[in-house]
Amino acid sequence: MKKYVVLPYIFWSVLFIVVPLILVLVFSITIKTNGNLVLSLDNFKRFLEPVYIKVLVRSLTLALISTIICLILGYPAALILSKEVTNKRNILILLFIIPMWMNFLLRTYAWMTILGKNGLINNFLSWIGLPTMNLLYNNGAVILGMVYNFLPFMVLPIYTVLSKMDKSVIEAAKDLGANKLKVFLKIIFPLSLPGVTAGITMVFMPAVSTFVISRLLGGGQYMLIGNLIEQQFLFVGDWNFGSALSIIMMIMILISMALMSKYDRKDGGQGLW
Amino acid sequence: MNDTIIKLKNISKSFNKSKVLNNIDLEIKKNEFLTLLGPSGCGKTTTLRIIGGFEKPTKGEILFEDEIINDIPPYKRQINTVFQNYALFPHMNIFENIAFGLKVKKIESEEIKKRVQRILKLVNLKGYDKRTIDSLSGGQQQRVAIARALVNEPKVLLLDEPLGALDLKLRKEMQTELKNMQKKVGITFIYVTHDQEEALTMSDSVIVIDSGVIQQMGTPVDIYNEPKNRFVANFIGQSNIVEGIMIRDFLVEFSKLRFKCVDKGFDFNEKVDVVIRPEDIEVVSNDDGMLTGKVKSVIFKGVHYEMIVSQGGKDWIIHSTKKPKGCTIGMKIRPEDIHVMRKER
Amino acid sequence: MVKKPLRKIYIVLLYVFLYAPIVVLIIFSFNNSKLRGNWDGFTFKWYFQLFKDRYILKSLYYTITIAILSSIISTVIGTISALGIYNMKSIKKKIILNINYLPVLNPDIVTGIALMTLFIFFKMKLGFMTMLLAHITFNIPYVILAVLPKLKQLPKDILEAALDLGATPVLAFKKVILPEIMPGVITGALIAFTLSIDDFVISFFTTGSGVTNLSITIYSMARRGINPKINALSSLMFLSVLVLLVLINKRTSNKREDVFINEKN
Repeated sequence: MKKYVVLPYIFWSVLFIVVPLILVLVFSITIKTNGNLVLSLDNFKRFLEPVYIKVLVRSLTLALISTIICLILGYPAALILSKEVTNKRNILILLFIIPMWMNFLLRTYAWMTILGKNGLINNFLSWIGLPTMNLLYNNGAVILGMVYNFLPFMVLPIYTVLSKMDKSVIEAAKDLGANKLKVFLKIIFPLSLPGVTAGITMVFMPAVSTFVISRLLGGGQYMLIGNLIEQQFLFVGDWNFGSALSIIMMIMILISMALMSKYDRKDGGQGLW
Repeated sequence: MNDTIIKLKNISKSFNKSKVLNNIDLEIKKNEFLTLLGPSGCGKTTTLRIIGGFEKPTKGEILFEDEIINDIPPYKRQINTVFQNYALFPHMNIFENIAFGLKVKKIESEEIKKRVQRILKLVNLKGYDKRTIDSLSGGQQQRVAIARALVNEPKVLLLDEPLGALDLKLRKEMQTELKNMQKKVGITFIYVTHDQEEALTMSDSVIVIDSGVIQQMGTPVDIYNEPKNRFVANFIGQSNIVEGIMIRDFLVEFSKLRFKCVDKGFDFNEKVDVVIRPEDIEVVSNDDGMLTGKVKSVIFKGVHYEMIVSQGGKDWIIHSTKKPKGCTIGMKIRPEDIHVMRKER
Repeated sequence: MVKKPLRKIYIVLLYVFLYAPIVVLIIFSFNNSKLRGNWDGFTFKWYFQLFKDRYILKSLYYTITIAILSSIISTVIGTISALGIYNMKSIKKKIILNINYLPVLNPDIVTGIALMTLFIFFKMKLGFMTMLLAHITFNIPYVILAVLPKLKQLPKDILEAALDLGATPVLAFKKVILPEIMPGVITGALIAFTLSIDDFVISFFTTGSGVTNLSITIYSMARRGINPKINALSSLMFLSVLVLLVLINKRTSNKREDVFINEKN
């Protein structure tokens, strides 16, 4: 009996997970000519046009920069938090999670209030007699939005690994004569790598696929691959090209995850790879 | 009409094509304390799980009071189990754990209370009913597991290495206690263990299993004294096993010497294995010994000395209360201590 | 390595960064002016107007209805499926688990357009039903991922013990398995609820015919400038989440870490 209880879910996941992806795949390798669907790789060829490659490069660059900033900001934070006493660090970690309970769009929108032309920062600048700055609708604003939204995704996995780390290993290293820097470089950091890779994946993935942050903070001209997909489906109506873009994005993300998990042997075999 | 309660007929069991049990034939009598003994992975736990109803045999029949119960699910069998790691329900207290089976059977709550109290007394846990599982020691959890099974008044109690997780001293205590409990409640206990000493001290009869095949059944005394083959001899206690030739009835040759023995019924000059227990070899002076050996090591074991003695290219284990003098000793063996076994193909 | 006060300052700055937008949002919900960035006196008027705005209230209603329905349905399906998956043989189990991982690993936008494609392909009218189906679909994997570890932690033979004592499989599940895995089930339900209430991308692609949740409403307003009524609403929601969180946290003070780890791994 126990074996059959999973049948409804198998049916569900085939219908709502597998079939839709197959549909997207089918759309991506066909084009509409005279109302007929024809097998073709044109959608992918079209992606190689400079306009689209530029979008891809911009998406990757912005996501990468945000991921690196998250790592630089997040790792020390995780390290500091992990060294607190249990009670205090539970509260501190909770404080990291709470902002995520507020609507993600609103939090991003709030940055418009802060950065905007008549926003808080510029109001403050003009109040003290300095010239105002263009803080919104540029790459910097998009990166800020990404870092702001995804920083907890970097801190939490690293924190988890660090706080579960066997303290005796560190003591052993000290006992064997390693100084604090050596202990960090040779023991703590290597052991925390699973958390780092998890964090990188969890930041990079949503960053590279977002279309909301770029739409709100980047302004219309700052198009990322997510915006392109949205546009193809909702405005242009070219589902075939949109599907091809989605497939490319999926492959990109799967490859980057495969790369990450290569550095993360301990986690291997747990997920897809 | 007869005193057999469980019968296994030609039971075989395979998991993913690997055979775990091979044609097990077994009769279990009412009120006996039966032990399935064997090394880990030998199939003893699988046999128990088949009796409990948690596994279905690939082939063969299980009879309970002369009825085939192959397809009866565990919750309809009058058999209860004490699991290896107790499998107590962590979210229930002691009372709720023990009462579980009775509640499921919709027994009235006053009756349940009475029965639980009675059984708690039997396992020496009076007054523990409100305690949580994790506040108990391993030994106490063990008793709860036994109580939880016994309170249902099963006709057969299955115990899967129940003492495995306890320390040595506690284990010895529980062995005696279990045996007493079995006598008190008067039902069949089927006990699984890999500990030969446990098997020998507690059981009315012992079944030695290896590689899914029954190697020998019998009383503990029989099994210890007359092992049927090399495996049993090796597994039960320490043994010296040497190759020999059965010259004729009551005469066996090994270590280039002929010995009187009590075994018969072999072919003339049949190749055999000879088993001699370490404590059955008497250490005597060189001149009085049948065999002379060189002492390689002596270890004091408390009750006796254990020595390794080399003789004729073979190392013998000898237990003796006397410390050997000098570096060679004489070895003397009585005819009734020489056990002759047929060679396995 | 680094001096203690320095660490403290660093952490405080990080929290300032994290909370600044939220504080700004809440402050501006009391702003008399409709323009963002200009403080024009204190008022409660947005809070009163909020409860008269049918558009916002409707999207709030859809948000909450879908969150409740989808989290309940996905928790039931997910828990039962986790039980089935747990008992499966290794190869089949791996396949199912990997399919299960897809919505977790895939970018939301891909899941969103894929589901939209499916619904349109089967000529389903985009709206409440399609959005609900989409939410259930992306919620179930998280429930399964929250429940499976609890199943693995079950004491060995515990199901067998219940059967042995006379409980039927259904009763054994109700009386023994379910109470034991309850923390995982609750975690899964909570994750499902929050994911659903916060979701924008997938809802955005799978809804239609005027059915919008709060995220979609905010998105459509964002470029024109969000009405402070939304600020008021989010402040209220944030506050209630906070209160809820404090209450839950009091009950199970050390479970919180698990919640998050299960959520994203």
